[in-house]
Amino acid sequence: MNETILSVKDLVKYFPVRGGVFTKAQWVKAVDGVNFELEKGRVLGLVGESGCGKTTLVNVLLKLEEPTSGKVFFEGTDLFNTHGQQLRRLRKNIQIVFQDPFWSLNPRWLIRNIIGEPIQVHLKPPLSQLVKMVEDLLELVGLPREAVYQYPHEFSGGQRQRIAIARALALRPKLVVLDEPTSSIDALSQAQILSLLMDLKNKMDLTYILVSHDLRVVHYMADEIAVMYLGKFVEYGDAEAIFQKPAHPYTQALFKSAPSIGAESVNDLFILPGNVPSAINPPSGCRFHTRCPQVMEICSQKEPPLVKIDRDRLAACHLLN
Amino acid sequence: MRKLLPVETFEAIKPRLKEFKLTFYLLNRNRLTMIAVITVFLLVLIAILAPLIVPYKEHVISGTNPQEKLLPPSQEHLFGTDELGRDIFSRVIYGTRISLETALAAVGLALLIGVPLGAIAGATGGVVDEVIMRITDIFLSFPPLLLAILIAAFLGPSLTNAMLAIAVAWWPWYTRLIRGQAVSMRERQFVRAARAIGTPHFKIVFGHIVPNTIAPVIVQASMDLGGVILTAASLSFLGLGAQPPTPEWGLMVSTSRNYFLNAWWYSIFPGLAIFITVLVFNLVGDGLREVLDPRTRKY
Amino acid sequence: MTELLKIENLKVNFRTFEGVTNVLNLESLSVAKGESFGLVGESGAGKTTLAYTILKLLPIPPAFVESGVINFEGENLLKKSEGEMQKIRGKKVSMIFQDPMSTLNPVFTTGQQITRVLQHNQGLHKAQAKKKAVELMNLVKLPDPENILSKYPHELSGGQRQRIIIALAFSCGAQFLIADEPTRNLDVTIQAGVLQLIAELIRETNVTVLFIGNNLELVSLICDRVGILHRGQLVELGSIKEVAKHPAHPYTLTLLRAIPKEKREKIDLTQIALKAEEKLAEKGCRYAGRCLKKEKICLEEEPALKHIGGTHYIACHL
Repeated sequence: MNETILSVKDLVKYFPVRGGVFTKAQWVKAVDGVNFELEKGRVLGLVGESGCGKTTLVNVLLKLEEPTSGKVFFEGTDLFNTHGQQLRRLRKNIQIVFQDPFWSLNPRWLIRNIIGEPIQVHLKPPLSQLVKMVEDLLELVGLPREAVYQYPHEFSGGQRQRIAIARALALRPKLVVLDEPTSSIDALSQAQILSLLMDLKNKMDLTYILVSHDLRVVHYMADEIAVMYLGKFVEYGDAEAIFQKPAHPYTQALFKSAPSIGAESVNDLFILPGNVPSAINPPSGCRFHTRCPQVMEICSQKEPPLVKIDRDRLAACHLLN
Repeated sequence: MRKLLPVETFEAIKPRLKEFKLTFYLLNRNRLTMIAVITVFLLVLIAILAPLIVPYKEHVISGTNPQEKLLPPSQEHLFGTDELGRDIFSRVIYGTRISLETALAAVGLALLIGVPLGAIAGATGGVVDEVIMRITDIFLSFPPLLLAILIAAFLGPSLTNAMLAIAVAWWPWYTRLIRGQAVSMRERQFVRAARAIGTPHFKIVFGHIVPNTIAPVIVQASMDLGGVILTAASLSFLGLGAQPPTPEWGLMVSTSRNYFLNAWWYSIFPGLAIFITVLVFNLVGDGLREVLDPRTRKY
Repeated sequence: MTELLKIENLKVNFRTFEGVTNVLNLESLSVAKGESFGLVGESGAGKTTLAYTILKLLPIPPAFVESGVINFEGENLLKKSEGEMQKIRGKKVSMIFQDPMSTLNPVFTTGQQITRVLQHNQGLHKAQAKKKAVELMNLVKLPDPENILSKYPHELSGGQRQRIIIALAFSCGAQFLIADEPTRNLDVTIQAGVLQLIAELIRETNVTVLFIGNNLELVSLICDRVGILHRGQLVELGSIKEVAKHPAHPYTLTLLRAIPKEKREKIDLTQIALKAEEKLAEKGCRYAGRCLKKEKICLEEEPALKHIGGTHYIACHL
């Protein structure tokens, strides 16, 4: 079928917590063993709440952070063993659209320079050509060509996000990471951005990794979903299958607590008790066991492996084995 | 086209001008600040046009006029004359030029050293940060006046050396100021975006971080212009800065000490000039503080 | 049903470098005693501005109230002095803000902050205030109150912080609560809990609520009536049933259709509108620039709220 564009094996990222003179150094286990493969042209939705590690995972994939261990292969190249000029060339193929439309664009730069930055860094064209390329990109994302000489603060959140998209696409990347692309934007602009993203994906043959906590957005865009909790995937597989019938108790809780999906009154919302535990000392056994409504004895003792539970997906839960 | 920011085209200048005009508009909303800004302009104008407007050009540097010494203010001599018969008004006017030049040079030099060091330290972190900040700390622990005195003692007293001394004492403040800002800018999403794009570190520091962290430095620098004038005047007062017959305000105040009881005009007018100039720079700096903060700027 | 809050002809403008912009233009808005009224709109529509105007917390230059009346318990708030407003804020009208991290003072423990408010607003002694603080923790279902009260805001989770804000809002027996997107920055599983808590507290204390949100589905879970705000104007008004089940205004329809329910259904952009104009048109309906059903009259005349059945009103010519 399609070739594999990204291959992630046993990726681990721990952050050190500085100990004092008397306390031992500890580790925040942000990403603790993630495996997946992404095919070209697909959309992977990464779902989870704050503290689950999805932002860290994405930062490591973009090599904005060094991993503690594990491997990432982009089109066959070992990402972590690539440095210098080679790495710079590789970066052309993996780009990212950040969450915050205000701070992801340098407020003191003209749009021409913001979108033009990747072009400047890698291609160094003459000025007039640069301007034309930026104008073309603006048109591609549905913004007026005159925007090239304006400042970010002259645009609304939705428009700034389009600028960020234009910047990400400037070098015709193959893989684009979308980090909560619409969570800071109002509803109408959201719809426009999502529609734009899907159009561009088809037009430019892109592959997306979509990080979002908004399930409707993920539902709309993703082919596959990975649900993360405390640094690990708890459920991973075909998006439609998971949405129709979530298997893992955490996935079920996520879906049932969202207001938009079928709730009639506020009491219909499912409440997951407790808080996300600390990533420094995750619970023993299954990390979710402290909050799981269907917890069994074995859950606190043994960690369930992420295994295939039916045709379309993997899940890590003792209930399903 | 090696630079990150392409050479400016006409269309690119327009929006930047607009931002400048906005700063102006906002500055002038406060009555007091507006008066201060106008006064600064006047001072600059006086400094530039000095040779054209002084009534007694020959008195400024080397002329003497012994018959007319220590005359009180009159129509021919607006501020009176000094002990060598020189017209004080002309000398005060020329002093504007000297003080402003010294202030700009000292602050400019301090910025030139301090800002890049601070930006690199904050943006890079790690060992580089430690090393630069320790050096900065060493320089910070010298009291500025003392440092100035030391340098003047070594290199000899002169206005240029005073200016150098001030610059050397001043730059660490800017380094520290900008380093703190740079550290918080480092994690901003547009900086991460630049790294994801593959922008070289050097261009991130000077293209991204510096423009966004320079605002408090500009505020501080405008206020420092006043402070430098005061320090230069103090140094001249102590005999370590400008030497006679330079028409520097501090020097004039110092010389006037001996004639204080009989010729009040001799100390008052140069002193007033110092006071007004320093005050006005402080006010402008204060006004800029509000205006340049992106949070309060929108209106 | 008596009206607790009645707003009429409120016009709020902002003076900027480029001129004067109108941010709020409310013909009429009223909230009855004991009712929960939801205000839905995009960011920039003027919802938070309205909340601040009611509490007279707007930064007066550059904002200014051109005209209008805000009647609270029969008295016009706009005419009150700062001193009088201070007596009202917190005690009669309280507010839950969007971002708990910036609402709570980071250098004081939560206990200190709560007791201070209680001492100031209700004149309690320190010991009494401390006791009441613990009661408040129980009210918002925070376990282990002593421990929570001794912590600083940054040591608590987002959900815990928001519950503290809610406790503060309910602490002095206010009869009117303004909740400005109280669950905006919370994770979805935490949001469910906080929403249920708010709903329960509203039921128990019978407080009148103005609930501000940007998501119609979320607001309809808590409120009885809802108003849709677009660019400072109310475009649709009615009970939850009327508006959510039978939306009439083109803008409301677009809001509801914004994210398709079916996977991969192509978002029909002909149903959604084009990008918003930056400047308001001189005359005519403010939504006309984006409206797909617009006709000539829409560009000429501003539509007033007209009755279309039951308690359902819309501001549209069609």
